[in-house]
Amino acid sequence: MRAIEFRDVSFSYGEEGEAEPQIGGFRLNHLNFAVEEGEFVAVLGHNGSGKSTLARLSNRLLEADSGEIEVFGTLLTKKTVYEIRKQIGIVFQNPDNQTVASIVEDDVAFGAENIGLPREEIGERIAFALKAVGMEAYRNATISRLSGGQKQRIAIAGVLALKPRIMILDESTAMLDPRGRREIIDVVERLNREEKITVILITHFMEEALRADRAIVMNRGEIVMQDTPAGIFARHEELLTYNLTLPRIGMIVKGLNAGGIPVSDTLDIEKLAGEIAECVS
Amino acid sequence: MRIVAEHLSYTYNERSPFETRALDDISLTIEEGEFFGIIGHTGSGKSTFVQHLNGLIRLPSSCKHYHPKKPKRGQPVPPEPVLKVGDFDLSDRKTDFRALRKSVGMVFQYPEYQLFAETVSEDVAFGLKNFADKKSRPSEEEIKAAVRDALAAVGLDAAEVGEKSPFDLSGGQKRRVAIAGVIVTRPEVLILDEPAAGLDPLGKREIMELLHELHRTWCKTIVIVSHDMDEIAENCTRVAVFKDGTVPYISTPKELFSHAEELYALGLDIPLTAKLTAALARRGIAIDCDFTTEDFLEKVLALKKGGAS
Repeated sequence: MRAIEFRDVSFSYGEEGEAEPQIGGFRLNHLNFAVEEGEFVAVLGHNGSGKSTLARLSNRLLEADSGEIEVFGTLLTKKTVYEIRKQIGIVFQNPDNQTVASIVEDDVAFGAENIGLPREEIGERIAFALKAVGMEAYRNATISRLSGGQKQRIAIAGVLALKPRIMILDESTAMLDPRGRREIIDVVERLNREEKITVILITHFMEEALRADRAIVMNRGEIVMQDTPAGIFARHEELLTYNLTLPRIGMIVKGLNAGGIPVSDTLDIEKLAGEIAECVS
Repeated sequence: MRIVAEHLSYTYNERSPFETRALDDISLTIEEGEFFGIIGHTGSGKSTFVQHLNGLIRLPSSCKHYHPKKPKRGQPVPPEPVLKVGDFDLSDRKTDFRALRKSVGMVFQYPEYQLFAETVSEDVAFGLKNFADKKSRPSEEEIKAAVRDALAAVGLDAAEVGEKSPFDLSGGQKRRVAIAGVIVTRPEVLILDEPAAGLDPLGKREIMELLHELHRTWCKTIVIVSHDMDEIAENCTRVAVFKDGTVPYISTPKELFSHAEELYALGLDIPLTAKLTAALARRGIAIDCDFTTEDFLEKVLALKKGGAS
């Protein structure tokens, strides 16, 4: 089943210059794309390519100028938006801007309370959500004393408590240190595998995109590439034209090939080392 | 300016239930002309340390009402902390901290969030005006020239962006403006906390190239705090590893990253080139590189040529 589908969606920021100033004006141009249920999709693109706009359109935080957006077969309109928001959870970039309460438990409960769930059920959902992100032990902790990665996991738990079927991470790892980043990606990967939640991961980190089933590259408000991550990174010349770089391992493969050591376009360290060893010995 | 720290300790919220020891008797020297890297987990004391370097955190002995604690009888006298940046002695109350801050520029994480003025020029000029001596205020022309130079140093054209609002610029440009606002006082030492965080890959590369350019032409010493081991391996002359308020390792990236086990034990990563080198070593191929991509490629390609002849 289609989890989310954009049909010919266009969008431009208004004359008032809303928050996101773009050089030379900025818009999404007749965007068409779909994500299947259970998929793990990475969205790549340089700053200002339209990645975040895409996320915000999908649950009507921003309203499209034209075109249709469908979520699990329901057309996104003024009437259906609240139902659809229960199905799409978005986690944003800055963990400090996403917490509303001072205690972990209260914060995770916030969304669930807002949609008026019965008390017992909220309790169960908090337990489920905290377990899913590996933060059960912190149920009564003070949020301000958690690390960035832990805060971001709490933000994910708050979204999970609504039992969404789609989760969008809008550069949710950008402000974290490597350990925090790993925590988040591991959690997301597990949710995708075990809970069958559809994941759309918007990121700058090429290494994170390697974990997805499919990757989409955006440039100036248009989708310019769609393939498996390995397929995308194999087309490095093209990536460079969209102001993106290869993951570091890709650059090394390219350098080796250029210098006369033929190695395959692998993204695996051990495999690459094996191939180099074969070539030089 | 050489930076010398000896027996430096710092505790947050001392004598309260939230007491945390952020620095525990650390000693560290950064030579003039280095491109120095500081790594370590969140909470390892990196930021506390760099905040000492321009007096944002003062040594107790440089504060007004300082009374040295009398050591208890029978206990050894703890060594006096030393902190010197060039000729500035930061443990001395009489030190001119304004002059110090002028020569030690500090760029915080996400510096673009600190932009505030209506135009780029005003924003860049702010620090300069603030640091000016009461007696010899720079003239409008001098300020204008300094702002133009600082913007040029970060690769921006004052004529083009000077009168724009800093909020109308792209993310990478905003960061450049914020850096210009710090280097406008011509600091000899520039400290940057995660200068490339949050930028897209190209933006990252541009910022690192900019820092090297500044290192050549503008600031003698550069200190960066980073989480990105590849960035450290590619750019730094030496690295200090922070761990729970101590500095267990100070060495060149080459030396440091050949001890992968120790770094893994600290929960830190190593650069990709070091992982590849280790994987090759397990296959009986030893290469001796400094873990920059360039050097790694060169050494591996040399193997091939050597093997063929």
